[in-house]
Amino acid sequence: MNHPAVELCNLSHLYPDGTVALRDISFTVSQGESVAIIGANGAGKSTLLLHLNGVLATTGGEVRINGVQLAKGTLPYVRRSVGMVFQEPDDQLFMPTVHDDVAFGPLNLGLTGRELERRVQESLHRVGIAHLRGKAPYNLSGGEKKRAAIATVLAMAPEILVMDEPTSGLDPHARRQLVGLLREFPHTRIFTSHDLDMVLELCPRTIVLHEGVVAADGPTEGIFRDDDLLARCRLEKPFSMQGCPVCGKINQRQGDMDQI
Amino acid sequence: MKIASIHGALLDFRRMELLAGGGTALHRLDPRAKLLVTLFFIGTVVSYGKYAVTGMIPLVIFPVVMASLGELPPGYIARKIALLSPFALVVGLFNPLFDRTVLIHLGPLGISGGWISFSSILIRSILTVGAATILVALTGFPAICRALEQLGTPRLLTVQLSFLHRYLFVLIEEGGRLSRGRELRAFGNRGLGIGSFAPLIGNLLLRTWGRAERIHAAMLARGFTGEFHLRRESRFGGRELLFTVGWSIAFVALRFWNLPQLLGRVVTGITS
Ligand SMILES: Nc1ncnc2c1ncn2[C@@H]1O[C@H](COP(=O)(O)OP(=O)(O)OP(=O)(O)O)[C@@H](O)[C@H]1O
Ligand SMILES: [Mg+2]
Repeated sequence: MNHPAVELCNLSHLYPDGTVALRDISFTVSQGESVAIIGANGAGKSTLLLHLNGVLATTGGEVRINGVQLAKGTLPYVRRSVGMVFQEPDDQLFMPTVHDDVAFGPLNLGLTGRELERRVQESLHRVGIAHLRGKAPYNLSGGEKKRAAIATVLAMAPEILVMDEPTSGLDPHARRQLVGLLREFPHTRIFTSHDLDMVLELCPRTIVLHEGVVAADGPTEGIFRDDDLLARCRLEKPFSMQGCPVCGKINQRQGDMDQI
Repeated sequence: MKIASIHGALLDFRRMELLAGGGTALHRLDPRAKLLVTLFFIGTVVSYGKYAVTGMIPLVIFPVVMASLGELPPGYIARKIALLSPFALVVGLFNPLFDRTVLIHLGPLGISGGWISFSSILIRSILTVGAATILVALTGFPAICRALEQLGTPRLLTVQLSFLHRYLFVLIEEGGRLSRGRELRAFGNRGLGIGSFAPLIGNLLLRTWGRAERIHAAMLARGFTGEFHLRRESRFGGRELLFTVGWSIAFVALRFWNLPQLLGRVVTGITS
């Protein structure tokens, strides 16, 4: 397959209340790439992601997934290819138990019996909530909900994984676990995050959104070193790239990078 | 009454869905059988005359047997019935006012037709609400919708029903959050007046709408095409047939022989 995984051409989005959330966004993401989309609150990150599986319809421009243009007829294909974790886990969990919720997607894909069970168990294990499978999603803690939401998408075995702030609300251990999981995920990954250390760790490439337009698109480390850009887009350096507040010494990682 | 407590009581309804995940023989029975029998039961209850009271009492055996074989917590079911029956009762409440013909004389005390039909409605609502509650707790709402579909209800209708059911919960949850937010910011009792209710309701509907839409998007994102797949696939076999026919015969028998009256006649026959 030599089509890019995701291709956006002059994508714009105008919300019904008149808010222009996205303006002329164009970029491509190749197969297997891991890309972060960062930006301040309200920059348009969630709006952008919601276009990738057709939850929001474009009001201008087009979206291609694996070379297939997103349109009414191609929605089923696109939705099978793109697994999406929403920012708000409450919007994603709707079945009576965690197990049923995780099974919902695979059931729609036609899986049954053993195969289905295996998929569900595996996804629950990967996010570390196998012990919660019988619980009702609305009775979970915030971080547990988030992990359940991620499991529901992993169970679909999507080709392209799209996550809106996957680490928000996770405790440090769960966050570490998720970072590991994302690192091992073999296919294309796109996510938004305010956790810039995670971005630095997982994504060689970063796209910066600012007020609905792409302010920068390039190697992550270069972007985090561009102080002007960061200030203009209301962003801050990842902690690992800031000097140590106690001794003033720059972190080991930063030292390594300066040698590059 | 505090909204939070209503919220709690309603949220408790979701426990019903968890109960439906149980593993008793009744849970495993094909939903169609349970649905048919319950409908037949409700039909039987409704078919009794306006003043029937004692004749209906033996029908209690159905909900009792189902709840105990299905290992449903009796207290929980009773609470649900108590919560839902009042709606049916409101209708019956006016009967004692309108229907004052005295039907029964207990010594000097005359019991009017109104009171008798009121008790009749009370028993009816307990029986029907009880049976429906138990059906949902033994089967789960999605499976009931599926059974309706298999029995010939148009797809469009059953899908609407499933969504209605899901959105009801969304509404309850949003309502709970909203009322909590309102209580926390209405210091003391100021601001908790009826005046702040109207915008609250509007807000609630908008929020519910928005969330329902996002949930729908999440369902579509996971390959939902308008059909709820069930993990427990079942077929209408011999056990189902036995269950359906057995209960149907029982209902017909109870309907046409007034058991308490028969018993009474036997007893008085012996004594006189
Ligand atoms: N349904 C909507 N109707 C109208 N405007 C909206 C809607 N959803 C979002 N917006 C507006 O669109 C802009 C972009 O919102 P979006 O949710 O994409 O931001 P974001 O980058 O994800 O922010 P955050 O980091 O806070 O999640 C914001 O100005 C927001 O107010
Ligand atoms: Mg967002």
